[in-house]
Amino acid sequence: MSGKHRGGWDFSAAAENPAGTFVPPARRRGGRGSVGNRSVPDRIDEGLRTLARGAGELMVTCGAVLLLFVVYEVWVSNLFADHRQAQVHHRLATAWQHGQDPLKGQDRLNLPVGKQVVLPAGQGFANLYIPAFGKDYARTIVQGTSDSDLAAGPGHYVTSQLPGQLGNFAVAGHRVGKGEPFLNLDKLRPGDMIVVQTASNWYVYSVLGNRAAYQAAIRIADRDKQDAAVAAALAKPDSQGVRGREIVSPNAVGVIDPVPNHPQATATRALLTLTTCHPKYSANQRLIVHAQLVRAVPRAGGALPRELPGGTS
Amino acid sequence: MYGWIWRQLPGGTALRLLQALLLVALVSALLLFVVFPWVEPRLPANPLTGPVTVTR
Repeated sequence: MSGKHRGGWDFSAAAENPAGTFVPPARRRGGRGSVGNRSVPDRIDEGLRTLARGAGELMVTCGAVLLLFVVYEVWVSNLFADHRQAQVHHRLATAWQHGQDPLKGQDRLNLPVGKQVVLPAGQGFANLYIPAFGKDYARTIVQGTSDSDLAAGPGHYVTSQLPGQLGNFAVAGHRVGKGEPFLNLDKLRPGDMIVVQTASNWYVYSVLGNRAAYQAAIRIADRDKQDAAVAAALAKPDSQGVRGREIVSPNAVGVIDPVPNHPQATATRALLTLTTCHPKYSANQRLIVHAQLVRAVPRAGGALPRELPGGTS
Repeated sequence: MYGWIWRQLPGGTALRLLQALLLVALVSALLLFVVFPWVEPRLPANPLTGPVTVTR
């Protein structure tokens, strides 16, 4: 038996070929075991075959690596992000315990942007609770919307206002992967509560849109019609022209204006805006949810606001 | 390439299979936990976990 194999497909050679590679009968030339005295065309043939096999293996490998990258993006990136989120959450909790407030209490003062305390990028300064995403849903909001900031948690647009202030407290978050805090942003309905906790206060925001129309919509039996009616209820502009939900192009920066989409208007109420990518797994558009402050509860008493599970105040 | 690696592995088919699976697991783990986290911020934004902000 020849010590060397020839490569390719040869089932009959398998038994005597320890390498376990095969030569197809059609490609067999000059018989087996004639390694030592192969003809020139035979060698060219084998060289080409090696080249083709190498190219094939390279392409299959690239495909496998790309698939693995998708696995990383939608799954493994969450592990890294969850770790960073736990860190910023812990740091904020520790600061609060020691009586420190990253915001220096300025969320109560309605100072204009530019006069506010300057927060370092990536620092957590508030917690976000959205009971509609599950009773355990809690994320620490960090300052800034760079990739690095958003890999730690939902990020505050630095040009927008602080929680509770007149104007717009705007926050961006990932929809898929990287902790995916806003995976279910499309599930929010008019009247759903969004609670923000700072060192000083609980701020309770309610998603805008027509709640009565939404409640009428959920009684529609036909699923498609119900979805359309719910979407219409969310998209209903209120008296100041602000919708509960809108789907916009990535450059629609007006959605984080103090009065969304009305850059010249003066803010007369406190809003919250959440932004994420849309549709899922895509960067084509942005899904925007607007909510309005309904009340603020001082944290001094220690009780949770009643909008949260177990809350009493 | 894969044929060459297979031939370098000692032992019978079962043992080689086990080693091959271990190698695949090792390379996958290296990619998922070391290479991708390092290379990802250096790549242009990908649509999967894509940009989530509104910017001009």
